[in-house]
Amino acid sequence: MQTGWSNETAREIFPAMWDGFIVVLQVTVVAGLIAVLLGLLVAVVQRVGHPAAGRTVNAVMQFVRNTPLLVQVLLVWTATSLYINPDWSAFAVGSAVLGVHYASYTAESYRAGIEAIPVGQWEAATALSLPTHRVWGAVILPQMMRRSTAAVANWIIAMFKEVPTLFIIGVLEMISQAQKYQGQHYTGAVEGYTIAGLLFLAASYPVAVAMRRLENRLAKSHY
Amino acid sequence: MQNPTTDHPIIEFDRVNKSFGDLQVLNRLSFTVDPGERVTLIGPSGSGKTTILRLLMTLEHVTPTKDPAADGGVIRVGGQPLSHMEKGGRLVVANERHLRQVRRRIGMVFQSFNLFPNMRVLRNVTEAQVHTLGRSKDEAEAKARELLDVVGLSAKVDSYPSQLSGGQQQRVAIARALAMDPDILLLDEVTSALDPELVADVLGVLRDVADTTSITMLIVTHEMGFARDVSNRVMMFDRGVIVEEGAPDEIFSDPREARTQDFLRAVLAE
Repeated sequence: MQTGWSNETAREIFPAMWDGFIVVLQVTVVAGLIAVLLGLLVAVVQRVGHPAAGRTVNAVMQFVRNTPLLVQVLLVWTATSLYINPDWSAFAVGSAVLGVHYASYTAESYRAGIEAIPVGQWEAATALSLPTHRVWGAVILPQMMRRSTAAVANWIIAMFKEVPTLFIIGVLEMISQAQKYQGQHYTGAVEGYTIAGLLFLAASYPVAVAMRRLENRLAKSHY
Repeated sequence: MQNPTTDHPIIEFDRVNKSFGDLQVLNRLSFTVDPGERVTLIGPSGSGKTTILRLLMTLEHVTPTKDPAADGGVIRVGGQPLSHMEKGGRLVVANERHLRQVRRRIGMVFQSFNLFPNMRVLRNVTEAQVHTLGRSKDEAEAKARELLDVVGLSAKVDSYPSQLSGGQQQRVAIARALAMDPDILLLDEVTSALDPELVADVLGVLRDVADTTSITMLIVTHEMGFARDVSNRVMMFDRGVIVEEGAPDEIFSDPREARTQDFLRAVLAE
């Protein structure tokens, strides 16, 4: 059994790792959309919904935020397989759990963004009798986005790096691919995990730099 | 200035109470304002002046009474209940739909301008015209440009509020309120947040509005010169009740009540 680094093995494992990386990106897109949209919905419901709805949503989000992602993934995967539909794919269930988990964080960033908007903005909208959809769509959300975008983007980057957690339910991301290769060839762990790390770095570093630029641009914008 | 008509009051406070927790800000307050009248509310901080404007703008709600028909506690605008609505022959606390309908007659200019910072000046003035009044975009833009011209800001239509001085922002806020063709304009300490050199421009614009329109105005201000020039009537408040009211010359030159005299002495000494 080979124990050190082998260029040959690295070359051989790379296509499988690349496939795993594509899966990571796909999960990130699906879970990211859920995190961005559900988080926004939660923040809005907490602000304008019926108090009972707000309290319920808040309790669910507290639960999601305060339990480990791994536990949630295993729990939902087991529960859906046993009680709902055993044919649901690991990709779908894993992406949904990851998205909901991070929605609990993005919702907090949105909430902070909404609360930072001066009360005078709400009062001006009331004084002008703007319809509710314009108050949110034209006044509150654009100002909230400016305040929350950087924080939400940071959560999405953090989420991207947590996609490997889904290997536990068999989503064929990079860790699963490395383990699969290792299982078949009794080698490739070092190469596989190294490639996985480098691909994560290659993808997340430029995004982090772009986010910093966006943050600076937003700080300099006129509002 | 036009003479106010006196057919029926455009604003009526009928024994209105307003409390914030244990603090009673308005205490069975009653007064009326006729159409076209310009009334200045003066008095020390916490006397309830701003609360009156905020109740009219429906940013605050009256403290309800058990039986509004008998006990009062109702604000009426143009004879129509504002704080309440009629339901099954009884007056009940107004719902959002009713408030939305009635407050369209009222415009407000705030101390801190409250322009929408994410919108350019022109859109600040057109947004509610289009989405509240249902005007076409062209119509709203034409009206906005006309009013921005009146307030001397034609050149700033494409600027963001953050690119304007405080005085310019307040003039945009005045244009925004006027664009809604209000019957009543509420001015809440509109120069208090401005540097002294910018106050004159804003007051100049408001003097023009007062001279050229018949809009009823309720003004809360510490600018006594402006109050004297523009108002028909001055009401002195203290602890949620009217201490004294009268024509500006009477109140400013010859106040009867000691509390008014003390207040004016303190304000004029500033």
